[in-house]
Amino acid sequence: MSMPFYVSPEQVMKDRAEYARKNIARGRDLVALECAIGVVVVADNASRTLSKISEIYDRIAFAAVGKYNEFQMLKVAGIRHADMKGYSYSREDVSARELAYAYAQTLGNVFTHEMKPYEVELLVAEVSETPDGNNELYHVFYDGVVIDEQNFSVLGGHAESITELLKEKYSPGLSLGDAIKLGALVLGNGEAALGIDRLEVSALDRERGRRTFRRIKGDELEGFLGA
Amino acid sequence: MAITLCGEPITSGPMQTSPLPQFYGATDPGASFFALMRRTSPDITPLPLVDSIPFDVAHATTIVAIRCATGVVMAGDRRATAGHAIAGRRMEKVAPADEWSGVAIAGAAGMAVEMVRLFQTQLEHYEKVQGDALSLEGKANQLAQMVRANLGMAMQGFVVVPLFAGYDTRRDSGRVFTFDATGGRYEELDYATSGSGSVHARNWIKASWYETISTDEAVDLAIRSLFAAADEDAATGGPDLVRRIYPTVAVIDAKGYQALSDDAIEERAQALLSGPERGANAPGGAAK
Repeated sequence: MSMPFYVSPEQVMKDRAEYARKNIARGRDLVALECAIGVVVVADNASRTLSKISEIYDRIAFAAVGKYNEFQMLKVAGIRHADMKGYSYSREDVSARELAYAYAQTLGNVFTHEMKPYEVELLVAEVSETPDGNNELYHVFYDGVVIDEQNFSVLGGHAESITELLKEKYSPGLSLGDAIKLGALVLGNGEAALGIDRLEVSALDRERGRRTFRRIKGDELEGFLGA
Repeated sequence: MAITLCGEPITSGPMQTSPLPQFYGATDPGASFFALMRRTSPDITPLPLVDSIPFDVAHATTIVAIRCATGVVMAGDRRATAGHAIAGRRMEKVAPADEWSGVAIAGAAGMAVEMVRLFQTQLEHYEKVQGDALSLEGKANQLAQMVRANLGMAMQGFVVVPLFAGYDTRRDSGRVFTFDATGGRYEELDYATSGSGSVHARNWIKASWYETISTDEAVDLAIRSLFAAADEDAATGGPDLVRRIYPTVAVIDAKGYQALSDDAIEERAQALLSGPERGANAPGGAAK
């Protein structure tokens, strides 16, 4: 009779975590920063069409690093979840907290029960209604761990060193332009700031009315980076 | 909130514990929110068939859409009627569908209002999932499908006949679409009206419309045509000077959908009141 090899649960989890971490680290990083108008997300992304940052709902944005097909599927699921809730109840009843929890549950379940964990790290951001309210930044990891962060959030393989840089240079109440420049600088990770051809930038701008999400690109982005 | 997982879940077991709606293969509704709701909440859409409803339900009445030189103007009166009773004095029948288009409703108010909400969500949902907005014609076709889905109710007498109009950013012009109860979709090159007072409104517009009509003139013409409809049709609300209720008006052009403010509409409506509606018996003599 053949006996299956025994592998301890501890070892299984360690292997899965290492697998996910390694593959996420191969991708490029992104940062989200609270600023005067709301929240801005700056991603290191060389593609002009495949985006890492998306609109989920009126005040909620989604950003991700890792495996593109996996986080795209999670993005669509999040949009469906939010739109169904807003339609069934009210637009005010859709919250980033609940969505972050739904993502955490999904990633956690896959991490524990499936052969292969999702190779993604997600950010769910919500802009406050008023400038003196609290923005929300939820950082969801591949294993379902969720952290709510303040001021800024860094996703990707170089999160630690970029966080160190941001701790030095970030100050609350940055203008949109300064926040974008800071994002481009720290994504360079100690070297030169990223140029326009490597950046994808979106903001949750509370001045915009109901739908706060907007993409910042082309001439506008160039203006911010040059100024 | 009970979001049910429909179709085959992506993986065998654990995904069922995910609170996110995910689908596999042919059951995937794609970028359509309408299809998504049908999969997950069939009790919400479509509405159940009934033999007849033994009471009067609210109906929305007259709406107009007029193409002008730089875009399109939409307007609607404010009255809702249930049989011979006035069910609402301040109903808003013109609503933004998205940034570049508007939808106006006539017919059974309950279904119509819900249809607008579903349509608005549908357009935004598509845009978020796909990353690009639908073309104006694509939006009109989507609305046609929703009208068609209401056919069962229409056959019980609860017809919803919307107007759809918008600014086509690919052609740089305003466009107007009408629908019939079976979901037929027709593009009008000049103007369109719908609802109980639509004949009177249409005749009024027909007498004055011309190809290069300006936005301001089209706004006046829309308000005027609604006054004319209210004059002849009991279910259409006229200007209510006591409560200061005037038609809802929106302009859609290269700047997108803009609803006119209450004050702006009141000012224009007041200026138009010296027109033919005053009749020969008005103080100050015959109408001009």
